[in-house]
Amino acid sequence: MWEMRKILPIGLLSLFIVLILTVPSWAQTPPGSPESATAYPWWMWPLVLLVVTFVLGVAAVLGGVGGGVLFVPIISGFFPFHLDFVRGAGLLVALAGALAAGPGLLKLNLASLRLAIPVALIASTFAIVGAMAGLALPTHIIQIALGCTILFICVLMLTAKKSTFPEVKQADKLSSVLRIYGVYQEASTGETIDWKVHRTPQGLILFVVIGIMAGMFGLGAGWANVPVLNLLMGVPLKISVATSKFLLSITDTSAAWVYLNQGCVIPMIVIPSVVGIMIGSFVGVRLLNVAKPSLVRWIVIIMLGFAGIRALMKGLGI
Amino acid sequence: MDSADKSLQASPEQLTYANLLEKGMFVGLGLVLVTFAIYVLGIVSPYIPVDEIPKYWHLSVEKYLEAANVHAGWSWLGMLGYGDYLNFVGIAILAGVTILCYLAIVPILWRNDDKMYAVLALLEAIILCVAASGILGAGGH
Repeated sequence: MWEMRKILPIGLLSLFIVLILTVPSWAQTPPGSPESATAYPWWMWPLVLLVVTFVLGVAAVLGGVGGGVLFVPIISGFFPFHLDFVRGAGLLVALAGALAAGPGLLKLNLASLRLAIPVALIASTFAIVGAMAGLALPTHIIQIALGCTILFICVLMLTAKKSTFPEVKQADKLSSVLRIYGVYQEASTGETIDWKVHRTPQGLILFVVIGIMAGMFGLGAGWANVPVLNLLMGVPLKISVATSKFLLSITDTSAAWVYLNQGCVIPMIVIPSVVGIMIGSFVGVRLLNVAKPSLVRWIVIIMLGFAGIRALMKGLGI
Repeated sequence: MDSADKSLQASPEQLTYANLLEKGMFVGLGLVLVTFAIYVLGIVSPYIPVDEIPKYWHLSVEKYLEAANVHAGWSWLGMLGYGDYLNFVGIAILAGVTILCYLAIVPILWRNDDKMYAVLALLEAIILCVAASGILGAGGH
């Protein structure tokens, strides 16, 4: 079992490297060039995309990140697709994952609709603003900003702490008026946990920024939602993670419509990606028991770092 | 805080939302898979032949629309006779089901005298409808 725990993450990283190096656009011709795209049979692209996104789906679950945050930098960095289409696909990938998980999390009362409604109103409104700005700005500027954001996420993953049950001495006025509180049963201990939130206005202001970034880069924003809900607003970790996942179904909906209406959705890119990530996520959940989470997390950080540097270099024309 | 308000069970509006979201997700994903199979198997001819798509996807969206003579927005509704555009039905359902979920919980919240949340839910539905309508244009690169 111990061997399996070590072999699985290393195997995952090896498979990722092999796939990336064998993607023809990357290995043989400059990525993004028309020659790289047309030199191979059309069916190869959805097939390679399906396999790569399957690996990303497995890595995302084992590394505790959303599929969208891996998808956009890696696919835009190593496939010949324009960033406009990758962002459109990235939003739909994150949206499909959130839609698949949302109903179950709501029924289990782990995702809180009461917490999500005001937060989503802010985040989804500003995701529209972010999407419009992202489509209006020059691509190289977006690439540079994407690279910086991805590298920032790496730092966040390395340094951010989590609090299973944050201490909230007193709910703030706004959350009291909105009656944002709840109770859930911790399955591991059977304990009933009462939760309430504080610093709601500050949290809502940060969701303005999160919404803009989600729309601008086509990333799912779980990496930002969870720290704000958990560390700033004092929501228990499980409720934060579940509500964040559900929240993506709303934030990404608004941004996805902007991309859809602008023509940034090519089914040949979107559908294999959605299917690959979803199958990968299902497999990843089953591998959770045998993988060593800390090692996988490191591998995800390395993958993200690599993709972030590549996005930065593309943006800078290096 | 009123402890009577708190329950381990999800609220009625949360369950309504979850059930509708689940149905929409299954219908959308199912349609996406079926229509993609129809598309790649060539059962219905696409507007852009599958072997020509790689000529376009490296272009910015602006140049792609011009080069492929594709119209953005809801124009796909008029092109459902093509295999590639059939895929947009499932995608639109996946992107639209949240709007229906919000509209479904507004009356429940209102009846439960939770008028503030009813208004917030209605506002969210309006914002998502505005995004979906396509009236918000984005400038070109």
